[in-house]
Amino acid sequence: MAILINEKTRIIVQGFTGRIGTFHAQEMIDYGSNVVGGVTPGKGGQTHLGLPVFNTVREAVEQAGAEASIVFVPPAFAADSIMEAADAGIKYCVSITDGIPTQDMMTVKNFLRRFPKEERMLLTGPNCAGTISPGRAMLGIMPGHIYIRGNIGVVGRSGTLGYEAADQMRALGIGISTSVGIGGDPIPGSSHRDILERLEQDPETKVALMIGEIGGPQEVEAGKFAKENMSKPLVAYIAGLTAPEGRRMGHAGAIISSAGESAAEKVAMLKELGVTICPTPSLMGQTVAEVLARL
Amino acid sequence: MNIHEYQAKEILAGYGVKIAEGGLAYSVVEAVQRAREIDGDVWVVKAQIHSGARGKAGGIKVCKTHAEVEKAAEDLLGKKLVTHQTGPAGKICSRLYIEAGTHIAKEMYLSFMIDRVSERVIMIGSAEGGMEIEKLAVTNPEAIIKIYVEPAVGLQDFQARKMAFALGIDPAQLNHAVKTIKGCYRALRDLDANILEINPLVITANNDLIALDAKMVFDENALFRRHRIAELRDNTQVDQREVAAGEAGLSYVGLDGDIGCMINGAGLAMATMDMIKLAGGEPANFLDVGGVASAERTEKAFRLVLADANVKAMLVNIFAGINRCDWIAEGVVQAVKNIDMKIPLVVRLSGTNVEEGRRIIADSGLPIITADTLAEAAEKVVRARNEVAAKKA
Repeated sequence: MAILINEKTRIIVQGFTGRIGTFHAQEMIDYGSNVVGGVTPGKGGQTHLGLPVFNTVREAVEQAGAEASIVFVPPAFAADSIMEAADAGIKYCVSITDGIPTQDMMTVKNFLRRFPKEERMLLTGPNCAGTISPGRAMLGIMPGHIYIRGNIGVVGRSGTLGYEAADQMRALGIGISTSVGIGGDPIPGSSHRDILERLEQDPETKVALMIGEIGGPQEVEAGKFAKENMSKPLVAYIAGLTAPEGRRMGHAGAIISSAGESAAEKVAMLKELGVTICPTPSLMGQTVAEVLARL
Repeated sequence: MNIHEYQAKEILAGYGVKIAEGGLAYSVVEAVQRAREIDGDVWVVKAQIHSGARGKAGGIKVCKTHAEVEKAAEDLLGKKLVTHQTGPAGKICSRLYIEAGTHIAKEMYLSFMIDRVSERVIMIGSAEGGMEIEKLAVTNPEAIIKIYVEPAVGLQDFQARKMAFALGIDPAQLNHAVKTIKGCYRALRDLDANILEINPLVITANNDLIALDAKMVFDENALFRRHRIAELRDNTQVDQREVAAGEAGLSYVGLDGDIGCMINGAGLAMATMDMIKLAGGEPANFLDVGGVASAERTEKAFRLVLADANVKAMLVNIFAGINRCDWIAEGVVQAVKNIDMKIPLVVRLSGTNVEEGRRIIADSGLPIITADTLAEAAEKVVRARNEVAAKKA
């Protein structure tokens, strides 16, 4: 099953003909993702990487049956591209773009809320590595070869730390159903909780791994959701034990600004909610293996 | 990005917020001149540093004569002020704001920020101003009023009135209070600020409503479209290493430990620093080299890390996704040779083209310590650091 994407999902690339869009579109095609074209306003009608280029997302939906999109558009224009995808009827959008202004994301989220829930596009990112259902489809920029197919669902804010987790699991022979990057921005398209909801409903996923970090309330909210609504075990790691207060640690969202946002506080609250905590980042794979063995 | 109090006040004045008469001074002579220009018999000399709690650190001085202004300016200019927000290194004061003294009848608190939970602008107010809102939230949470702003329609007059009444503002002042509150909201929205705080907002003995202090923090990601805000950046208030890093396009945060770090990705960087701490060491910095680390970028990152004289050993941890380990390895080898590095270096490579990357490190003949896993890398760099420290002792 996996969640969000599989080998059939019809994918388009927004910012298709740019340098970065081109490189990653090719990587996704090579991985086996069903890329059906791309959008670059003004270049509609051209062919790029052997696929059609459209002027608008709506054309891509109508003419190529696009269901999912990935956004590589520069930060100043990315919010507009995301809203265009939602308006055109795209079901799932990944925004890779890093550096989108916070107020633009506020506008995007407000725009998305205007759609009835069943018609609303799901957005993950911005500032993320994307989503992969190993062996089926990749909608992102990750090194696909470090992921093996299996039954651990992964959700995380950080790209490379997600790779680290996948690599540790692979070394132990543990595979992944779907790994979703939700990104490091203060206002993300989806939260840990949003993705856990879907992993809970996926019959293939047996254990969920959440890779969080300092700043914001969303890891603890996800923990509360797991306690009340999940039958599957949740394992978590929270990065940033050494992070000082009030300083932005790379990710715009990784800043400790109020009570309950430090790694130590989050870990304590998650433990209380019955979440299994990875004691160190080098034990993410091991901790998942132990939880899996107890099932 | 932070700005100074006087800059925030100038911005807010443009949005209809009343402020006390004041002027900027870079020297003692200028400070006295500013005081002469301002009528009255009390002046406040305020150190302009990027930090709150300046009063407790001696950064705000009330003066009754021009001679006292002169003395206060002499004391403050060039001085490092240490507050709980600046950390032990403190921040240097090179600008003063000289303001007319205000006879305060009532102090209140007002702030606006982007709330991550509701994904809206939240307006926070309290009739009990002057103290830190965080402390008030603990001692008397009922005294804090929160009003959420619907993004599509913006702050409405009735919401501003609700806040004004909650702050205990005299009905005679209501219109001006609404103008002040809405002005603050517009400043936050128009200029891409994440935080705007007025603490205290005061009613004077003359029944005027003025912002006695002002703080604004701007979204770094939006500065590309806020050129006039970007120009307000004051690099004397920022760690110089962070300034250099910013110019090289790297994300760096200086810390107090002695193990230098170069890592790709913010999350992996934080996790690696955690591992160093768990292995008994202390990281000297956070450094994310980002997605594609060219040889040139790698060398810049090395120079930045090694510019910190405290660094006794260095760890490179790269998980190559878009990157390739062989490119990284070449960059590391080149950097070590060019810089003539003297301290121990531990390198852990993983991901795309890892075998080739490891071979390049091994073939270089350089005394680079390698590690396969995150745990091994942290243990080795802490051990190397301890050996260096033992030799020095």
